[in-house]
Amino acid sequence: MAAPTLEPYVSRPGGLRGVFADWASDQRTFKNVSWGKAMIWIFLLSDTFIFGCFLLSYMTARMSTRVPWPNPSEVFALHIGGADVPLILIAIMTFVLISSSGTMALAVNYGYRRDRVKAAVLLLITAAFGVMFVGMQAFEWTKLISEGVRPWGNPWGAEQFGATFFMITGFHGTHVTIGVIFLLIVARKVWRGDYETERRGFFTSRKGSYESVEIMGLYWHFVDLVWVFIFAFFYLW
Amino acid sequence: MSDATMDTRARAEATHAAAPAEHQQHPLKVYFLIWGLLFVLSACSYAVDYVGLEGYLRWFLILFFMVFKAGLIMAIFMHMAWERLALSLAIVVPPIALLVFVGIMVAESDYTFLTREVFFGATP
Repeated sequence: MAAPTLEPYVSRPGGLRGVFADWASDQRTFKNVSWGKAMIWIFLLSDTFIFGCFLLSYMTARMSTRVPWPNPSEVFALHIGGADVPLILIAIMTFVLISSSGTMALAVNYGYRRDRVKAAVLLLITAAFGVMFVGMQAFEWTKLISEGVRPWGNPWGAEQFGATFFMITGFHGTHVTIGVIFLLIVARKVWRGDYETERRGFFTSRKGSYESVEIMGLYWHFVDLVWVFIFAFFYLW
Repeated sequence: MSDATMDTRARAEATHAAAPAEHQQHPLKVYFLIWGLLFVLSACSYAVDYVGLEGYLRWFLILFFMVFKAGLIMAIFMHMAWERLALSLAIVVPPIALLVFVGIMVAESDYTFLTREVFFGATP
């Protein structure tokens, strides 16, 4: 097996010329990116298509029905202090996820600085925000189910509302849950110093590095990114 | 995995680590700035609903804040702004297919809606 071509990318042309130079000829395309990072990006691209298709089917259902669509502003309102506050829970969930994205970005930064304690604590805070998000989602689901929302119908309007709601938010919630599990695993590895002692992973038997924290971060930011689109199209539209 | 391969890998990783600016290391200030901006933008998009804007202004603002937020997360938090263009384009260009798909499904939904109107809507 030949060693991968590791040319110093600094000397390579940038911009569009660089794109052609990188993609042309028989060599590795992503010059300064490890296979791990390239693969998480390609995974995220495929995930984009999955969520894109979910949102598309939601759009198709909503555009083609003659029955009025339930007003999300009212459906997701909470009764606080004697008044209905529209979408308040969803707004809080959005802020929770944005906060977790911030702590994740800081964790990646401290990881590369080899500040183990700070990176691990920030990862744990990120995981805690994730748990908070999933908890609020569970609350929201419980509330809607108790009000009679089902995948095949609801008290307020178009029947497809329930199906698209449970499918899209459920799939996103699953992503958050998986993210939390991985955050805890990475936090443990950082805490224990696995990326400095080059201890081999329990599953892949490979040596890790602090790049794993960044790869974890890419996944977590993507989950936040998807929520931005769900928030806009499902809750606000 | 043979020892020889492991050696190659170790050497490759050593070369890798030695390359300058290999890791995405940026001043913390950048992250805090974007973090704050994301909070403001989220508050803005929530305000669109809270104030109760309707029609094209509502849809425009929703999309505007959405694209702005998504762009900031991708460019700064996911470090896309600092990656080589070869990677950025490989990730950003394919989703354009989704936009084409949106166009197709809008036409399809309009047609379905029309047929539903014709067959279920008309009172004889």
